[in-house]
Amino acid sequence: MSMYRFALASLFVIMGHAHAAQGPGLGDSLDPGSLQKHDFTILPDGAGLPPGSGSVEEGAKLYTQHCQACHGEDGQSGSNDALAGGLGSLTSAKPVKTVGSFWPYATTVFDYIRRAMPYAAPGSLSADQTYAVTAWLLYINDIIDEDTRLSARTLPNIEMPNRRGFVWSEEVR
Amino acid sequence: MGDQLIPEAGNGLMGRRAFMTATASTAATLLSASAAGAQRTPWMRAPGAPMSESGVPSRHEAGLQRVLFASAPGTTGAGTSATPHEHLDGIITPSRLHFERHHAGIPDIDPDRHRLMLHGLVQRPLSFSVDALHRYPIVSRIQFLECSGNSAMMTAPEPPRLECGQLHGLLSSSEWGGVPLSILLDEAGLMPQGRWVVADGADAAVLARSIPLEKMMDDAIVALYQNGEPLRPANGYPLRLFLPGWEGNASVKWLRSLRVTDQPAMTKDETSKYSDLRADGSAEMFTFEMGVKSVITTPSPGLILDQPGLYQISGLAWSGAGRVQSVAVSADGGRTWADAQLDAHVLSRSVTRFRTAWQWNGSPATLLSRATDESGSVQPSREVVMRDRPPGSYYHYNAIQAWQVSDSGEVSNVYV
Ligand code: HEC
Repeated sequence: MSMYRFALASLFVIMGHAHAAQGPGLGDSLDPGSLQKHDFTILPDGAGLPPGSGSVEEGAKLYTQHCQACHGEDGQSGSNDALAGGLGSLTSAKPVKTVGSFWPYATTVFDYIRRAMPYAAPGSLSADQTYAVTAWLLYINDIIDEDTRLSARTLPNIEMPNRRGFVWSEEVR
Repeated sequence: MGDQLIPEAGNGLMGRRAFMTATASTAATLLSASAAGAQRTPWMRAPGAPMSESGVPSRHEAGLQRVLFASAPGTTGAGTSATPHEHLDGIITPSRLHFERHHAGIPDIDPDRHRLMLHGLVQRPLSFSVDALHRYPIVSRIQFLECSGNSAMMTAPEPPRLECGQLHGLLSSSEWGGVPLSILLDEAGLMPQGRWVVADGADAAVLARSIPLEKMMDDAIVALYQNGEPLRPANGYPLRLFLPGWEGNASVKWLRSLRVTDQPAMTKDETSKYSDLRADGSAEMFTFEMGVKSVITTPSPGLILDQPGLYQISGLAWSGAGRVQSVAVSADGGRTWADAQLDAHVLSRSVTRFRTAWQWNGSPATLLSRATDESGSVQPSREVVMRDRPPGSYYHYNAIQAWQVSDSGEVSNVYV
């Protein structure tokens, strides 16, 4: 094969590839308004947190009502995942990974509760209630004091005890 | 032409060598045996069952089911079911036996009301109907899906007395067909700051994972088909993300939203769960790729060798890094090894079926398999995998598996 034909053939390979990777363009455009209604994503810097706020005290009541049955009165003695305690246990023979001992970001607590909890009725808590329950979980882990009110502004600033305990794998570094 | 078995490694491991032989006489015997007047078994005396709209396994295989593990207390849909590998062969897991790991049950999604949103750092946020996605070019590949918690029980101090599928059944393999995500992302137009894509499922937990954009542009697909039919509900109907070679949790089922971001969202399933605790108490995040691994499925716990004689050792090998290069098998606890034969389909990020003949002499034997992938990675020993691994670190266990065959033919899980 001459150099010219070889070059032409590789050009076709490249073009063929580009062609195969082309779609029919059947996506409907999404307007930002409808996106806000449907997007759950919350980033560690707080982007995506909804308006609203909640207190530790409100959170205590909501926790008793909606969470305690599965996660225990103190967040440690329930039948499901422990949500509190475990501080200093990660290098022990029995590591206890909880919001307090393990979770690196406070935004994740809000994000996860908003997505998935309470288990049987996800989405049933309002934004205010979700801030409040988040506040309660941070309070029982000694991360905030009882007067702290959580909101989109305050939540991302909370420094979690194990914030520095996480490293990125080489795959993404 | 035929093969002859000759010893290849210790304790009865055999290899095949071609030799010439005449095989015509056997065929003739079979023919004469089926002449008129021969006896009929009951099912040969009358026409059988009619055609049907959907097939089911033989009623004699009714026991061939997934291994169901308990759901989290107070729930029915937060748990796993595993593929019973000890009863299967080949490289395709029947869809009905594909493992499950759900965090809030299986949603019953109406495809006409389901949308896939593509937004964030893109020029044109888009929403795709399921019908629209079916008009896109589809690629189909046979690839494995493995939960990063597969084989986690093998990190226990004592070897669990469980069957092969109970131990290693959070691995399955299918032909996955779907739309390359690169096509959809191209249509939406990536902005230069984009680095990650946050994927959400439409289950009750709105399960979310952050995926590096590079993987999404490389070989990720929005899967619509599994083994030739539309995805089953337990596997993400009507569509799921499928990330070849990566831990199963990242292949978000019931995919509803893909948001391009400049950073990961640090969701519960990439921090609290699916991160790897290390001996110093730190945890490694985003360990996506599944390591090179293999397991002998026949014989394995759950099966019994009823008498000494010639057996076929058969198993599965796979690697998230690419193709399986070779699989070595030992019948003497690792003192000597022989290369197993690989079935024809040696595909990238797929399971490869390996086989070797074994003459069991009736005395206790320890069977091992050790896979090597095309990147040169060799499946590690349990000792190496457990080194630096504290208690409570159970994801990504890929050590060499040892099965002990007792003199009565029972097969059990052992550590070597
Ligand atoms: C019916 C039982 C049940 C109730 C009630 C419940 N949860 Fe849960 N929770 C679970 C289960 C099960 C999981 C694990 C889900 C999974 O598999 O991903 C979980 C997980 C969690 C986690 C993540 C734990 C971790 O370390 O990864 C948090 C946080 C949590 N729940 C908070 C709450 C809050 C707050 C409430 C009340 C608003 C609540 N839960 C109510 C069952 C329950």
